[in-house]
Amino acid sequence: MLDIRDLSVSYGTIRAVRGISFTVGKGELVSLLGANGAGKSSTIKCIAGALKASGGSITLGGKDITSASPEQVVRAGLATVPETRDVFPDLTVAENLMLGAYIHRRDQAGNRENLERLHTLFPRLAERSHQPAGTLSGGEQQMLVIARALMSRPTVLLLDEPSLGLAPAIVERIFEMIETLKTSGLTILLVEQNVNQALAVADRAYVMRLGAIVTSGTANEIRATSDLSAHYLGG
Amino acid sequence: MAFAIQFVIDVLSLGGAYALMALGLVIIYGILRLVNFAYGELIMVAGYTMFLSSGSGLPWIVMAVLAVGMAVLFGILTDYVAFRPVRAKSVTAVLITSFAFSNLLQNAALLFISPRPRNVPLPDIFSQTVTIGGAITPVRNLITIAASIVLLAAVAFLMRKTTLGIAMRAAATNFTMARMLGVPANLIISSAFALSGFLAGVVGILWIGRIGTVVPGVGLEPLLVAFIATVIGGMRSLPGAVIGGFLLALIDTTLNYTLSQDLLKFRDAFTFSLVILILLWRPQGLIPGPASGQRT
Ligand SMILES: Nc1ncnc2c1ncn2[C@@H]1O[C@H](COP(=O)(O)OP(=O)(O)O)[C@@H](O)[C@H]1O
Ligand SMILES: [Mg+2]
Repeated sequence: MLDIRDLSVSYGTIRAVRGISFTVGKGELVSLLGANGAGKSSTIKCIAGALKASGGSITLGGKDITSASPEQVVRAGLATVPETRDVFPDLTVAENLMLGAYIHRRDQAGNRENLERLHTLFPRLAERSHQPAGTLSGGEQQMLVIARALMSRPTVLLLDEPSLGLAPAIVERIFEMIETLKTSGLTILLVEQNVNQALAVADRAYVMRLGAIVTSGTANEIRATSDLSAHYLGG
Repeated sequence: MAFAIQFVIDVLSLGGAYALMALGLVIIYGILRLVNFAYGELIMVAGYTMFLSSGSGLPWIVMAVLAVGMAVLFGILTDYVAFRPVRAKSVTAVLITSFAFSNLLQNAALLFISPRPRNVPLPDIFSQTVTIGGAITPVRNLITIAASIVLLAAVAFLMRKTTLGIAMRAAATNFTMARMLGVPANLIISSAFALSGFLAGVVGILWIGRIGTVVPGVGLEPLLVAFIATVIGGMRSLPGAVIGGFLLALIDTTLNYTLSQDLLKFRDAFTFSLVILILLWRPQGLIPGPASGQRT
């Protein structure tokens, strides 16, 4: 579904991603792991079209999206939840969700249906519909950003550290929700530092270090074979 | 009483014009984090369109619509000529190109029209006066107040209730995120320039209606006013721009009423001193605007 070949990303002279290749199959949940600064977010932003690739290619469902703009990428069916948890703070929860459906703005009936489905998945968002998104708690904002991404009805969802900085109980809920999404057939690329929880939901995983992929395999293989703490603690 | 009414009408009419000028500037700044130095020339374009169509025998209102239309067109043109080609490069590049475009338009007016003031057709109603509670008031001041109320309400509706407006507000806080939801960057930016041109066009007619003539440098004062008003109000907030416009008008009008003839020629010095005091108190402006938001 999502095919990354020899992808490189640079910030000036800093080479953040150094020719990585990986795939995410249809309906699969693949996790991208690695310590801080490994290049995970740069990879995500590049796939989303927010950063230019300095080399390699990105293919989505057979279509080359390497140099697509962010708006073209979402129209191609790939939605992104960036690690910065970017709600539009002055806009209400409802307005944030409405913008998530921007590419389907002519299909109001479909949007209403989708919104209802998401409100059952995230009941808190239904309660807070008319509140400015900036007044939500961190966990609620994360839910909103995920729900907003889903309003675009993607076939592939990129999640960049959805559990970052959240209380354990909320992290639990987020992972439950990720499982639900996976069960519904959505293809997911999940970036996480929460290794154990990520491997618990993932089919396969890749481990990044210093801009390169150092280990890959099924969740079980990764757990069994690699010394994760070494990669995580930078040892 | 008559004095108080006079004062309030003066503040509201000047403030309405200032608020519209500021709004036109801040709509671009909010989204692109860039001051459009060619903004004043949109007012000039509206003025010269009125002048050039004055011999046509068209009804005044048609000429006015034409003038606003030209300002919108030149607003969009500013995007294509000065912003779009260098937008991705650097802030400095865009500042220079928008400054250059401003100069180009002014010089075109100097060369092809004239450096001397040109008369702009005005309907009779612009020079009539009415008496309200003992205060003799030019009707054009009341027209300015009415026009600014209608336009501010229309802009508020556009920005709060329409998908385009909400998308523009989202783009103003986080352009990249808005694009990642499929909001097309070029559409948003062109819409902002069109709206900016529309406000400049309307305010241009009202502004030039005060003097009745247009010169190539007519846009300089509105640009300056808009800039100061947005700095007072908070560069990134639309309500802030409106409040800043009215506050600046309040300061200017109060000084007009209170300063002696000798001191009146230093009015701008007094105004700027007050602006500096406001900024010392509130460096981000009165309404700072959303916290996030990087230039894209
Ligand atoms: N905007 C930027 N400018 C310069 N360097 C950056 C920028 N963003 C990230 N980097 C660098 O790129 C590398 C990878 O960062 P990132 O992709 O954020 O890693 P991760 O998400 O795995 O923590 C780091 O060395 C980081 O310092
Ligand atoms: Mg990261």
